[in-house]
Amino acid sequence: MLKIEGKSIIELDINGEKKDVAVFPSDILLYVIREHFGLTGAKPSCENGDCGACTVLVDGWPVKSCLMLAVEAIGHKITTVEGLNNAPIQKAFIENWGFQCGYCTSGFLMVCHSLAKLHPDADEYVIEEWLQSNICRCTGYEEIRNAIKSVLSSMSK
Amino acid sequence: MIPYNFDYYRPDTIDEAVQIFKQLDCQNKNPLYYGGGSEIISMARVHNIHTRAVIDLKAIPENNVLEFQGDKLVIGSSVTLSRISESKLYPLLGKSSGRIADHTMQCKITLGGNIGGTIIYRESVLPLLLSDSDVVIAGGNKIKQVSIHEVFNERLLLSKGEFIVQFIIGKEYATLPFVHVKKTKNEKIDYPLISIAAIKKDNSIRFASSGVCPFPFRSSQVEECLNAKDDPLEVRAANAIKSLPSPILNDLSGTSSYRKFVLMNTLISTLETLEGCRNA
Repeated sequence: MLKIEGKSIIELDINGEKKDVAVFPSDILLYVIREHFGLTGAKPSCENGDCGACTVLVDGWPVKSCLMLAVEAIGHKITTVEGLNNAPIQKAFIENWGFQCGYCTSGFLMVCHSLAKLHPDADEYVIEEWLQSNICRCTGYEEIRNAIKSVLSSMSK
Repeated sequence: MIPYNFDYYRPDTIDEAVQIFKQLDCQNKNPLYYGGGSEIISMARVHNIHTRAVIDLKAIPENNVLEFQGDKLVIGSSVTLSRISESKLYPLLGKSSGRIADHTMQCKITLGGNIGGTIIYRESVLPLLLSDSDVVIAGGNKIKQVSIHEVFNERLLLSKGEFIVQFIIGKEYATLPFVHVKKTKNEKIDYPLISIAAIKKDNSIRFASSGVCPFPFRSSQVEECLNAKDDPLEVRAANAIKSLPSPILNDLSGTSSYRKFVLMNTLISTLETLEGCRNA
């Protein structure tokens, strides 16, 4: 049984690198990623699971890191926007004007990247279902949808 | 940020989970079983719950089962709502789970966590009530298997130290005709104005609902009214509404009269669909 009692050093697998970090069990993953590892791509916003700005991938699936304990991530692979390394969705966002102020962008990128990996054949319904997890205050939804559709379309060729 | 600290335990077996709960309880640490954790984190953040220890159940193999075993569908309590939807093993449960929170949250929320949570809607329980599921419970002296109707009445009724290991559903329920409707006040992703699930089994309609009353329910009185086939559809729906187990919710999401209006129309269209008057 894994036991984390009080402040402890744990190992997290972030963007393919295993790193040690001292955390309290009640520390939220979002803050450990940002404050301890300096990976500030995942953004704090609503901090209540509503907006999706803090989305990261855990074992390839999108997860809102504001609602996950850092200790919960032990033994799982975490990917942040810094770990995408010029994924097709990043280029597609640029080409389709998929952002304005950019605060929500990393969260949307993570959801779109996961969707393209897990459901390369996603139809309109699935795309909408996945994108509804994130909020863009600049309302750039149409451009974001065009970006993911362009990636899916290029994958099907 | 959670404004206090607690310890974290991730048992690998059911027995380890039960034992560590007893141990931590003896130490007055008010331990909480931890599923997806979204509700615990949200509530801890605003001091609505306080614990000195959480026991994460997600590493227990039995809690992660999602498969047909003979003539039963077995779903572990730590299985996420997105896994259930993606598996397509029980389409009604997949559809119901697919309308709880948003897709990313469905990758974190577990079936056991949704049903055992404190938020009143607990929509994933509706298909389990309709299918007369069994529930495997650990935490006492032995693991027991009981009907969901014994442990869910408005909310989950577990004793201290108990947790759900699995839900067991008859395979036949996975292929029955069903209707699932969730209506919200405005946005697609929201708590339900009304959420209903219905199936047709042995030429009879079963009905369960969330958002209509302050708790999810399946009611034999409501089903009796819905199955009174000599009456016109409007009369059956109206009588069903008269037989609801509590007054209709009246809150910011919708007044009781609006909810009643929406429920009336939804019931009629559900009856039409399941009795073959029109396509789903």
